[in-house]
Amino acid sequence: MAHLSYLAVLAFCLVGTLWLEVLLRTRVLTRLRRLLLAVVPVAMLFICWDLYAINARHWTFDPDLVTGIVFPGGIPLDEVLFFLVIPLAAILTLEAVRAVQRWQVGDEPDEEIVDGVRIQGDRR
Amino acid sequence: MTYTQLAVVGVVVAVLADLVLFRTGLLRRRVFWVSYAIVVVFQLLTNGVLTGFGIVRYEGAAILGSTTPADGPPPFIGDGRLAFAPVEDLLFGFALVVLTLVLWVFLGRRGVQRTPYSGPPRRWLAGAARSEPATGDPSSTPGGEGHG
Repeated sequence: MAHLSYLAVLAFCLVGTLWLEVLLRTRVLTRLRRLLLAVVPVAMLFICWDLYAINARHWTFDPDLVTGIVFPGGIPLDEVLFFLVIPLAAILTLEAVRAVQRWQVGDEPDEEIVDGVRIQGDRR
Repeated sequence: MTYTQLAVVGVVVAVLADLVLFRTGLLRRRVFWVSYAIVVVFQLLTNGVLTGFGIVRYEGAAILGSTTPADGPPPFIGDGRLAFAPVEDLLFGFALVVLTLVLWVFLGRRGVQRTPYSGPPRRWLAGAARSEPATGDPSSTPGGEGHG
């Protein structure tokens, strides 16, 4: 079970943010193309960073506390998942704050913004 | 390069991406900083677990602090650590989060699944949340959920 420690932390992050999708209607998972186009390139960039760091021995992983599945270059599956879960959580958080406050994020057309708040024009 | 140096570069790249490259201007927006504050709290918590339990261990030569001890946790605060994690992790996390959100917003602005927008919160959660229909509609019910 100790091998699942890192995954357990990631699961906690997912549990802590996926409820936003349901209860605050963040609609992030339903906008899958946008989600993947945002998350995958950044994940790839940070996986490169991670590969460099692992090979330069900036950091290492306790082999007893990770799954043991390692990709070429030495990056554990756990780390790859980290770069998918954390960005997802960040986007869910941003969209959750927006769902509650309707503050301007920057992807709204100008005419939908009044005093920094998106007017309730959800009927696009 | 050390982790410290790379982490600083990461922050610079993220800031440039937001302000110059993609021009999303997220760092100027209240919604970003409120979201980031929430993310940081969870980062300190989860990263604290990852580093405090030695799941991830750091080499002193690469960070401001010392090498993660072989026996026992690193310092909670001090010696280049905050909540057990190297302070560089805060910069790393900032870069990761900002770059992701910049891309997300940029894509939306380009029309990639910009809509439907998020919200409003479901009725029983609404409480003090601003989920009412547009103002100026006196016949609307409070905490309106009708946008489906």
